[in-house]
Amino acid sequence: MYRDTDDRFGENIMTPLVKMQQIVKRFPGLTANDRVDFEARKGEIHGLLGENGAGKTTLMNILYGLYRQDSGEVSFEGQPVQIDSPRHALELGIGMVHQHFRLIPRLTVLENVVLGLRPEIGVERQGPGRLTSVRRKFFQIFGLDTKTAETRVIELAERFGLKIHPHAKVWELSVGEQQRVEIIKALYRNAKLLILDEPTAVLTPQEVDRLFDMLQTMAEQGYTIILITHKLNEVLNACHRITVLRNGRLVSTVDSAESTQKDLAKLMVGREVLFHVDQEASTAGEEILHVDHLTVLNDKGLEAVRGASFSVHEGEILGVAGVSGNGQTELIEAINGLRRVESGKISFRGKEISNAPPRQIIEQGVGYIPEDRMNVGLATSMTITENMLLKHQSSSQFNRGWFLDKTAVKKAVERLVKAYDVRTASINIPVGRLSGGNIQKIILAREISRHPQLLIASQPTRGLDVGAIEYVQTLLIEQKRQGKAILLISENLDETMRLSDRIAVIYEGEIVRILKTKDTNRREVGLIMAGGLKD
Amino acid sequence: MQVLLETREIKSNAIKFLAPIVIILLALTAAACPLLWMRVNPLAAYTSIISGSCGDIYGISETLVKAVPLMLCGLAVAFPLTANRWNLGAEGQFIMGAFGASAVALSMPQLPGMILLPLMLIGGFAAGAFWGWIPGILNVRFNISEIIVSLMMNYIAVNWVSYLVYGPMRDRHAYSNFPFSPKFVQHAWLPRIIQGTRLHLGIVFAVLAAIILYVIIQKTRFGYEIRMVGANPRSARYGGIDTAKLVVLTMAAAGGIAALAGVGEVAALHHQLRRDIAVGYGYTAIPVAMLGKGHPLGILVSSLVFAALLVGGSNMQQDFGVPVALVSIIQALIVLFVVAGETLQKYRIRIVRGS
Repeated sequence: MYRDTDDRFGENIMTPLVKMQQIVKRFPGLTANDRVDFEARKGEIHGLLGENGAGKTTLMNILYGLYRQDSGEVSFEGQPVQIDSPRHALELGIGMVHQHFRLIPRLTVLENVVLGLRPEIGVERQGPGRLTSVRRKFFQIFGLDTKTAETRVIELAERFGLKIHPHAKVWELSVGEQQRVEIIKALYRNAKLLILDEPTAVLTPQEVDRLFDMLQTMAEQGYTIILITHKLNEVLNACHRITVLRNGRLVSTVDSAESTQKDLAKLMVGREVLFHVDQEASTAGEEILHVDHLTVLNDKGLEAVRGASFSVHEGEILGVAGVSGNGQTELIEAINGLRRVESGKISFRGKEISNAPPRQIIEQGVGYIPEDRMNVGLATSMTITENMLLKHQSSSQFNRGWFLDKTAVKKAVERLVKAYDVRTASINIPVGRLSGGNIQKIILAREISRHPQLLIASQPTRGLDVGAIEYVQTLLIEQKRQGKAILLISENLDETMRLSDRIAVIYEGEIVRILKTKDTNRREVGLIMAGGLKD
Repeated sequence: MQVLLETREIKSNAIKFLAPIVIILLALTAAACPLLWMRVNPLAAYTSIISGSCGDIYGISETLVKAVPLMLCGLAVAFPLTANRWNLGAEGQFIMGAFGASAVALSMPQLPGMILLPLMLIGGFAAGAFWGWIPGILNVRFNISEIIVSLMMNYIAVNWVSYLVYGPMRDRHAYSNFPFSPKFVQHAWLPRIIQGTRLHLGIVFAVLAAIILYVIIQKTRFGYEIRMVGANPRSARYGGIDTAKLVVLTMAAAGGIAALAGVGEVAALHHQLRRDIAVGYGYTAIPVAMLGKGHPLGILVSSLVFAALLVGGSNMQQDFGVPVALVSIIQALIVLFVVAGETLQKYRIRIVRGS
C-alpha cells in the first residue's frame, strides 16, 4: 500500500501539487470567485483566509468537484484536470473535511471509514481453492472483510498520532474525535491533499492544539493541507503560506513567517482594523431590567437557572461571563418570554414581565439578538425583506387597513440594508444565501431599528470574521452611548471584559459574583467561571 | 458512467410555468401504455376525454360542476401547507359541511330563502371548521400529528352521516328505501347559473375563496405570520407570533372551506343528504393542491384539469368501453410525475462519463 510513498513524496517540495488558474464561479446575483489564482505545494499547510462570503469555500468546493467552475483551469500533479464529482476528486487524491461532518452516528468508526468503498481483499486471503473464491465473492458483495480495514485504520491513526478506537460508535465520540474520523476517512481513500473547512470552529482550545500538531506531522510526511479559516492567529501559527481572498478576488499569497496579524487583517478586510474597540467609562442611569431570584428549568426539566438576581441600567453593558451550558441560554429565553419562569420575578422598567407572551415583551421595548441566528433569529427560506419585517409586522407604519404596506416596507428595508451595509444583490433573495456576517447585520438592523430600551445580545460575534466582529462591537457600544441598557452574553471572555461595564459571572445557574470590570481582571473572572469562588 | 443530481442554482420562471404542463404531457404519454395494451388508440381516447369534457356546453358545465368541490377541497389542503401543516381531512370536512347545511335546511324550512341559504352556508362552514379545528388543537396542545388525526376524522365523518341517513334523518315518507334524508324545500336550493345544466352558484364561491386566500396569504399581516410559522416556527415565536393560535385558525379555516364544497353539493345538486355524497373529492384534492403548487390561483387551474379528466373519462368509457378506472390510473400517474417533477425542478441531472 505504501510501497510508493517515498518516491511519491520525494520530489521537489516546491513544485505545486495543485494549481488553479483564473477560476471564475458565478451564482445568481454575485460572483463568488472572480479570476482567482491559487496553488498549494507538496508538504505544505496552506491557509485560505478571508471574511465570511469571500469565496474560500466556493473555491475549494470547485477543487473537490462539488461545483464546476464557469471558467478557469485546474491542474493536479502537473496534469490539467476537470473534477466532476467528489468521487473523482478522491480518485485523484483530494480529500475534504467539511464544516458539518458527514458521518453516520449509529455506525462505528470503522464502518464510517469504509462506507461506500468496495472492500479490497487482503493478499493473504487470496489463496487458491474454490471455497476461497466463493468467500471472496461474498466479501465483495457484503463488504464484511473488516479485518484488513481495521488494520489499516489503526495503522493510519498511529502514523499521525490520532487516537481513535475503530469500534467505537460515532455518536459516542466528542466533536474533536469525529473530526479525526473524517480525516482518517480521507486518508484511507489515499488522499494526498486534504482540505479542511473551518476545522477549529467546533473545537475546544486543547483540541485545536492537537489538530494542528497532527496536521504538522502530516505535512512533514509529504501530505498537503489546505486550511480554510477566518481566524488570523490560526493561520499564522499553523500555516506555511497564506492566500487571502476578499470579495471573491485574490488579494495576495504571503509567507506566514513574514506577516503579522495586523497585515493579514488589512489584506482581508481591505482597511485598518481596530482590534480593540475603545470603551469609555460611563455613568449608568435608571434601572431598566431587574431580575430577582429567578429559577428556570431546562428542556430536561432540571433547574438551569437557580435564584439568579441582577439588574441592568440605562447606558450600561452588563456582561454575563460563564462557560457555556451554565444556564445562560435558559436565562435569556426566560427574559424574552420564550421559556417559563418557575419562580422569581423579571421586571422591565418597574413592570413585571415574567411569563408574559413574547409579543408583549417585544412591544415594551426589549430587543434580542439570539445566539442561534439561522434557527431562531431568521427564517432562512424567507427573503431579506420578510425577515426584516419580523417584529415590525404589527406596526402602524407598515400596515394600511387590512393589508401590509409593501412600498413602506420596501423603503424601510432598503434604508436599513444600506445603513447596515448588508451586501446583497437584492432585498428579495432568501436570507439563507447570505454569509454569516451579513445575516448578523440583518438581525442587528432589525433589532436596533426598533429602538429597544434593553438589548439582549447573545454570542453576537461568534463565527464572524474580524471585520464583522469590529462592526458588531462598535454598534453595541454606540447603542450604550445612546443610553440603551445592554445585556451581553458571550463565550469569549476577552470580548466580555472589553465591552462590559460590569460582569456577572454565572456558574451552574447561579450568578456567583457581579464585578466592576475596572476592578477585576481576566484571571479572577476565569477562576470564578470555573467554579473556584462559589460562596 | 454515473448519473448525478445537482442543485439548480437558478429557478427560471419558464421552468416554473412549463413544469405542470410537461408533467401532464408525460403522464398522458405513460398512460398510453395501458390503453395500447387494451388495443385502444391513445390519441383517440384522449380526444374523447377532451371532447367529452369541453366539447359542448354539457361537457363544459359538468367539468365546472366537478371542479367546484375540487377547488374548495384543494384550497383546504393548500392553505394549512402555508403554515407547514398537512390537512388530509378535506373529505371529512366536506361531509360535515354537507351535514351542517342539511341540518339547517331540514330544521328551519319555514325561513325564506334569502335567510335560509346563508344560514346553511354558515352551518356547513361551522361544522367543517369544527372538524378542522380538532386536528389543529390536538397538534398545538399535545403535539399530535395533524396528518394522522385529520385523516382519521374522515372515517368518523363518513360513519356519522351514514348513521344519520339510516337513522334519525332518514326520509320516512319516501317510496324508496334508500338511505337518503328528505328533500330540502325548494327555496333552500342553491340557484343554477345556466338553465338546463347543473352548473351552480358554487363556482362563484370557489373562485372567490381562491382569490381571497391568495390575498390573505400574500398581502396581509395575518398571511405573513402564517408564512413565517411555516418557514421557521422558532423564529416566528421569537418574533412574537402566537404560532399555536395561527395553526389552529388555519386548520379550522381550511375545514370550513372544504365544508363549503359539501354545502354546494347538497344545496345545489342533490337537495338532500345522502350517504354517497362524498365520492373522494377530498382525497383527489391532495394531488390537486400539489399540482397547483399550493398556490390558490394554481389550484383553480389544476382542479379544472382533474375535473376534466373525471368528466372526459366517463366519455372515454362510453366511446371505447375501457374501464373508468383508467382515469384513476392517469390521475395517479400525474401525481407520480408531480412528485418526480418537484425533484427535477430543484435539481438537474448530470451524466458523468468515465469515472
